[in-house]
Amino acid sequence: MTELLAVRDLTLGFRTDAGLARVLDGVNLTIDAGQVMGLVGESGCGKTTLARAVLGVLPRNAAEIAGGEIVFKGRDLLKFSPGALARDICGRAITFIPQDPYGSFNPVFTIGTQIMEIMKWKSPRRVTGHWSEHAPLLGPYPAERRRADMETVVALLDAVQLPQPAQILRKYPHELSGGQRQRLMIAMALLPEPDLVIADEPTTALDVTIQAQILGLIRRLANERNVAVLFTTHDLGTAYEICDAVTVMYAGQEVESAPTDRFFAAPAHPYTGKLLASLPRHDGEVAGIPGEVPNLVRPPGGCRFHPRCERASEACRSGKPPAEMLDPGHSVRCFHPVRPAA
Amino acid sequence: MRRLELILSRLAWFIPTLVGLTVIIFTVSHIIPTDPVRILAGENATAEQIEALRVELGYDKPLPVQLLSYFRDVATGNLGVSIYTKRSIAETMWHRLPATLELTFAAIFLSVVFGIPLGVLSALRRNSLFDHCLRVVTVSGLAVASFWLAMELQFLFSMKLAIAPLNGRIAGFGPDEVTGFMIVDSLIAGDLPMLGLVLSHLALPAVTLALPAAATIVRFTRAGVLDVINSSFVLYARAMGIPWSLIVWKYVLRNALISTVTQIGLIFGVLLSGAVVIETVFDWPGLGAYAVNSILQSDYKSIMGFTLWTGAMFVIVNLLVDILHTLIDPRSNR
Repeated sequence: MTELLAVRDLTLGFRTDAGLARVLDGVNLTIDAGQVMGLVGESGCGKTTLARAVLGVLPRNAAEIAGGEIVFKGRDLLKFSPGALARDICGRAITFIPQDPYGSFNPVFTIGTQIMEIMKWKSPRRVTGHWSEHAPLLGPYPAERRRADMETVVALLDAVQLPQPAQILRKYPHELSGGQRQRLMIAMALLPEPDLVIADEPTTALDVTIQAQILGLIRRLANERNVAVLFTTHDLGTAYEICDAVTVMYAGQEVESAPTDRFFAAPAHPYTGKLLASLPRHDGEVAGIPGEVPNLVRPPGGCRFHPRCERASEACRSGKPPAEMLDPGHSVRCFHPVRPAA
Repeated sequence: MRRLELILSRLAWFIPTLVGLTVIIFTVSHIIPTDPVRILAGENATAEQIEALRVELGYDKPLPVQLLSYFRDVATGNLGVSIYTKRSIAETMWHRLPATLELTFAAIFLSVVFGIPLGVLSALRRNSLFDHCLRVVTVSGLAVASFWLAMELQFLFSMKLAIAPLNGRIAGFGPDEVTGFMIVDSLIAGDLPMLGLVLSHLALPAVTLALPAAATIVRFTRAGVLDVINSSFVLYARAMGIPWSLIVWKYVLRNALISTVTQIGLIFGVLLSGAVVIETVFDWPGLGAYAVNSILQSDYKSIMGFTLWTGAMFVIVNLLVDILHTLIDPRSNR
């Protein structure tokens, strides 16, 4: 498989009143073409920040990138100017399914206006280098391309199982349900025929019954169209259902990455083990993880999980463990990984 | 359909509002302890002459009877005659209306054209030097007394620099009257030097009125943009690589204008009813100056006519603002 996206040693922080919050600490992540990668972790572990860093939409005046690279198809996205990133990558090669399908539509424009705006700028039929890239407010939408794009839109609304596309396009966001809106978001993410879709907790805001449908839809369409997906979630069950591989983050560090079956069968990092153990069991018991998520302004040194880890040693406190390959595709950052009893 | 319903229900309130307003105006103007008949009759009039005049003008009848006959007149578009000039008040006001409208439109045009972009820019460059400077200007624009500003502008541009006329709507004869709007009339006549003259007379009063209006629009637009600039849909549009200028000037602005439109409507209502002080300072022959004259002369009927006009303008402008809201914000159309 070819490597599509490789995040290497990405370190960045947010300026806060209390000081610099070190949100990402040397994070590594790779996604192959067509692969559905789950990025799993608790709230505040940095998974959304990582997703936003790839999309180039970090908070403008608060984020500070200290190092690392985000290599997409051989080019470092961090070296792009914001304009070039928006023009050539965002919405084109990399698209986005947001967490909040309610707020992510503009409330005062129709669905059709908003979809066609994306098609106007991001349609695969669009000729690049057009003068309108320099005068977006004046740029025309050639009628012929618009007609062809509209046909694509209608076909894709059908593919995400939204009946009566013409009616939906005339509606305003508040006239649709959450499930319908998220189906539209999926359609909008696939319309530009991207290589990678970043789906940031796309089912969190939805009812449980709708969640399963939306997950199935993302999985199926990604497979059919050979689109890679970076899927962030705090829910291991979700990751298990739709991901080819899973990367776990804890407090701004990636701790373990493995193909889904390996990940659930033989978790090697102590945090992963505790995360799996914390899933509700059939008897209703829930096992928590003692301790709490560290303060990112003054994070613990070395492996950030060591204050909560019973296997921690002096080495864990003083230095960050290197990534160790246990199996092909299964890497773990731990000095004392859990080895399956042979 | 909902929009039509809204318009009809607003229109249904139009008449009761004006009736209530008329009653209040009528009552107040008859409570004030000055006797218009005595003033009109002059200092040398005898008691008999005053009483005769009172009967002639209908001021001897009981108040409810006077009120009813006033209602009857207003309903037929007759606001009565001025007790001084003996001319129809409605006609006089109609004749003065274009001057006020022209000034109002000029001021609103200036304040919107400058206010909205400046408001957006100061929101985008929040807490920058530009934002702080603009804040100083807008707060001063709201705080400065407009008659003082008017006189300062006159002093600077008319007396010192001599690049704008001191006052009045036109020097000498204006363009041939077709619509009463001198800009339009001079364009119809194809008289460009006349257009320049008209605009130079319009400049100072329009700027004086536009400054506080623009300040209000800047403040509300800035607040509106800041309200939505961090919302999910802006993040989504950025993440999908929609050009930033398009996000700001099309998608964010439309949301931000929802509250600004209300303010523009209010300003419009105030200006339409005649910028009383400014028209007086600039000797502008509009409704505001007319109102001041009427008050100075205790010309009740004229004051009542002017006040009714003001009330009607506010009701109409509010109706327009409501309709505009349903166009800008589909969520309000429920």
